[in-house]
Amino acid sequence: MTTDQILSDYITFGDDIHDDAAPSGPIEKRWDERKFSAKLVNPANRRKLSVIIVGSGLAGASAAATLGEAGYHVKNFCYQDSPRRAHSIAAQGGINAAKNYRNDGDSIYRLFYDTVKGGDFRSRESNVYRLAQVSVNIIDQCVAQGVPFAREYGGLLDNRSFGGVQVSRTFYARGQTGQQLLIGAYQALERQIGLGTVEMNTRHEMLEIIMVDGRARGVVVRDMITGEIETHTADAVVLATGGYGNVFFLSTNAMGCNVTATWRAHRKGAYFANPCYTQIHPTCIPVSGDYQSKLTLMSESLRNDGRIWVPKKAGDDRHASDIPEDERDYYLERIYPSFGNLVPRDIASRAAKYQCDAGKGVGPGGLGVYLDFADAIERMGRDTVEAKYGNLFDMYAQITGEDPYTEPMRIYPAVHYTMGGLWVDYDLQSNLTGLFVAGEANFSDHGANRLGASALMQGLADGYFVLPYTIANYLADGPFEKIDDSHPAVVEARQAVEERVQTLLSIDGKRTVDSFHKELGHIMWDYCGMERTEEGLVKAIQLIRDLKAEFWSNVKVTGVNEELNQTLERAGRVADFFELGELMCIDALNRRESCGGHFRAESQTEDGEALRHDDEFAYVAAWEFGGDKPVLHKEPLEYEYVEMKARSYK
Amino acid sequence: MKITVRIWRQKGPEAKGTMVPYELDDVSEHMSFLEMLDVLNERLTLEGEEPVAFDSDCREGICGMCGVVINGIAHGPEVTTTCQLHMRTFNDGDTIDIEPWRAGAFPVVKDLVVDRGAFDRIIAAGGYITAPTGSAPEANNLPVPKIDADHAFEAATCIGCGACVAACPNGSAMLFTAAKITHLGLLPQGQPERESRVLNMVEQMDAEGFGSCTNIGECTAACPKGIPLDVISQLNRDLMGALAKPGSA
Amino acid sequence: MASTQLTKKRVPASRSTVAMKYAMAVSGLIMVGYLILHMYGNLKVFGGQEAFDAYAHHLRTFGEPMLPYEGLLWIVRVALLASVLVHAWAAITLWRRNKAAAGYSGGKRYHSSKGATGVQRSYASFTLRWGGVIILVFIVYHLLHLTANVISPGGASDSPYQRTVNGFEIWWVVLSYTIAVLAVGLHLWHGIWSALTTLGQNRSKTRLASRLTPLAWFVSAVITIGFLLPPWAILLGITG
Repeated sequence: MTTDQILSDYITFGDDIHDDAAPSGPIEKRWDERKFSAKLVNPANRRKLSVIIVGSGLAGASAAATLGEAGYHVKNFCYQDSPRRAHSIAAQGGINAAKNYRNDGDSIYRLFYDTVKGGDFRSRESNVYRLAQVSVNIIDQCVAQGVPFAREYGGLLDNRSFGGVQVSRTFYARGQTGQQLLIGAYQALERQIGLGTVEMNTRHEMLEIIMVDGRARGVVVRDMITGEIETHTADAVVLATGGYGNVFFLSTNAMGCNVTATWRAHRKGAYFANPCYTQIHPTCIPVSGDYQSKLTLMSESLRNDGRIWVPKKAGDDRHASDIPEDERDYYLERIYPSFGNLVPRDIASRAAKYQCDAGKGVGPGGLGVYLDFADAIERMGRDTVEAKYGNLFDMYAQITGEDPYTEPMRIYPAVHYTMGGLWVDYDLQSNLTGLFVAGEANFSDHGANRLGASALMQGLADGYFVLPYTIANYLADGPFEKIDDSHPAVVEARQAVEERVQTLLSIDGKRTVDSFHKELGHIMWDYCGMERTEEGLVKAIQLIRDLKAEFWSNVKVTGVNEELNQTLERAGRVADFFELGELMCIDALNRRESCGGHFRAESQTEDGEALRHDDEFAYVAAWEFGGDKPVLHKEPLEYEYVEMKARSYK
Repeated sequence: MKITVRIWRQKGPEAKGTMVPYELDDVSEHMSFLEMLDVLNERLTLEGEEPVAFDSDCREGICGMCGVVINGIAHGPEVTTTCQLHMRTFNDGDTIDIEPWRAGAFPVVKDLVVDRGAFDRIIAAGGYITAPTGSAPEANNLPVPKIDADHAFEAATCIGCGACVAACPNGSAMLFTAAKITHLGLLPQGQPERESRVLNMVEQMDAEGFGSCTNIGECTAACPKGIPLDVISQLNRDLMGALAKPGSA
Repeated sequence: MASTQLTKKRVPASRSTVAMKYAMAVSGLIMVGYLILHMYGNLKVFGGQEAFDAYAHHLRTFGEPMLPYEGLLWIVRVALLASVLVHAWAAITLWRRNKAAAGYSGGKRYHSSKGATGVQRSYASFTLRWGGVIILVFIVYHLLHLTANVISPGGASDSPYQRTVNGFEIWWVVLSYTIAVLAVGLHLWHGIWSALTTLGQNRSKTRLASRLTPLAWFVSAVITIGFLLPPWAILLGITG
């Protein structure tokens, strides 16, 4: 079969779409222009307007706090026991902002430029420019809230360079920047909860969206303690529910991270954009056994001083210290002499995979490469290494039980972040009227690859500084007609959820939810992971479909709905992951180029580097739900300010 | 390794609980403690028994969601979160007792899951700096001496897991509350609300039914983030100062 | 149902558990100060009957004629009584509250028999509540014996010195006294540290690292030894 025939088996080709919300004109004026043209809501009217926000991470908590402060009536939901647990908390490295405190030539324009280039020219210029603009406000806001950023002896804020950029624009709070930023947003949110403007619903999981007359008007949630299926309605709905990395089962995401909220919206008509763009982080602690539940990331900064190597001989099972220097292959330094161990994430990840595929991997299952600090300790002394990396070494020792000061660490790539998400316009509104999407849950700012320290920036930009303006513009037309629980759309949504829950509970098969999830994860990792091929993706789609069918006839969910039932929660999430996984494979199949986090083996240079096809694929792939044959809508990407170039790290 | 676990099983908030033993034959020392429970739960599910409910999310020691009392000690024998505890800490043939956080203010929801909403309410009562979005001055207009910033940071690393309450023989939330008061009270941004903050947070802490502090120090010893004990003295000083102000109470 | 809203009724911070701990700390420290003065008086026993009785008399006539006979003593007595009452009231109130706060289930907090002694608790911290009760009972007995002259093991006398010597020549009087003083010592070992910390004086990351810990240990050791010297010296015939 030809490629075109294969594609037509899986894809329905729809019309192109465009982002109509972004103003034209000079890029540096667009956000001001949009803010000025946006409609305002009289403060006295705000309390009559209500907003539902699902998720309490950086984007959700900051949006809920800000909209609460503005006087809107906000209902916030999270699946954890407290909004402070959201997985934004786990980000280690830092947050970028174009403050130019270092006087090293940084500017809004440079941050914009770096982000567009880093995203491999698959993001929108307007969105990225706005992100760079508001980045400076984020730092001001967080400092005012008491976020304890690292400081210098003079009392001013410290910065470091991060993720291979040449300016120092990253603000940080030791290795816990995400935690400190989230706690800042959480405290602002709790203040609003205390004041009664935000109603917080913890341990509530969103399972369906309610659409009334073409507008998103509410959600169906399950109270995870009592099992009660509740419906909540409002004038607008915001999804800030994070990424979908857990489709791989093993990832650096939290155990509860899931795609259900966005997937349910997708099934109701919201476009899912670029699902195949996943970021794989090279320096994670490898898998140690099949019981493993999650992967732990270690900061990329380790690559500044550590040297990565594998034995030259495949299948060499000697202890690292018994392998003499001339039998080691420092493959990154060999292949990329000018960048060496500091090549970008995707290149480092893929190189590790190739070494392991060639049988040179180390550790359990041969899935790991050495990250060796012996030279660094000799050069700088153990104390200096300890001062710089001590907390990371401790973390490694805690998890593996090995001492990284005396034997090399083992690392392996792991799924870390998903650039894809629900399609949104410049206002962060999806194609469903009244449904806004913020943070990692949307696709908007990172293109095909996210730069280090940019996820925190985007989450807070969306929540503090973008949504409050754009959602007000939408709410200015409200309040919309009041809906009660007996409205047919509400009843229908609730019934759909109840039926789904009952189905899951009644299958009573022979396999556990986790066994399905793990198998799905293996399929995704093998065929839709670091390297993708047409053949592999076609195979994966079939495997996923078969597995999904088996799931719906053979899964075992114990217990009942009317209690805390963690198996039931997981079953619902895994059910949605099957469908998402299928769409990711179809998206990857469609994108016959390599860009950022998406590498198609068929599209590489002679040296094995990613090869983009700008003439054919410089578009956002926005997928409309269509069962086995989703509908592809292309949003063409135009670059007026940054010239499209190929990356080179040789 | 062969391990016997005795786990607190409790159907629901009102139900009576009891310790139930389970034997695990094939525990790898590389497993994390929670992965050991995952393995048990897989088995229980296949046997048609209800798996053990327990909380966990990030499993990298930062979100604060996990936490059980292991052999009578909050988060177990090593100073870390439950998710970062590994089975290599235990020996072949060990019996391990696993119980939920026990405190009047943390009612058991099911098995090992408790409700820590009281912590959120303490923060909502005053654990913040009022800085509405958009009102912030330029960040570097307010230098903070590094020593204050570092000390504030140390207090700010609290993950809100509740181990301090579970370890405290009095079920006191002083370490949690004091950590936030210290974090915000040491920063110049936190000064305008310093007095109202401590008054409100202490009042809410009491209203939630936490016990009083007898300065035994078990909280700090159990804290996976090493929140220092001196934050409690900081709270005590701040509250004295606030009460001494005319018209404050 | 919204899960996190501030609906619980609050009492003012001036009546909070923390404020109650202030009261307990201050009253406790007043009593520690008294104990040091009391110990100083006791040690006069080594100076012989004259010195001891003169000191006892001097306490009663101190400040005359500005104060009436026993005026200072009564001021001290009232202050001490108030301290004892405040201390005991706070202790009982907080004890009852803490028991509920610890969330017992079926008579136990944790059903595991392991870890019952905690991670770094001092032995003294376990003795505080029952130690306090023992001390309270002893104080009553002690006042009846050596202050009010109501009960008089070994024979009554108008000379305070004689009463003391008479009493401490009996082994069981010394034994009961010793037990009580040891209870006081343990009580102070944790109590002094705790009171100073409650009053905001700890600047260290852990209890064991704090400079207040050796200070509390030292003061309680001095008081314990200082109180035990006279009775044992009398019993063993070294003095008296």
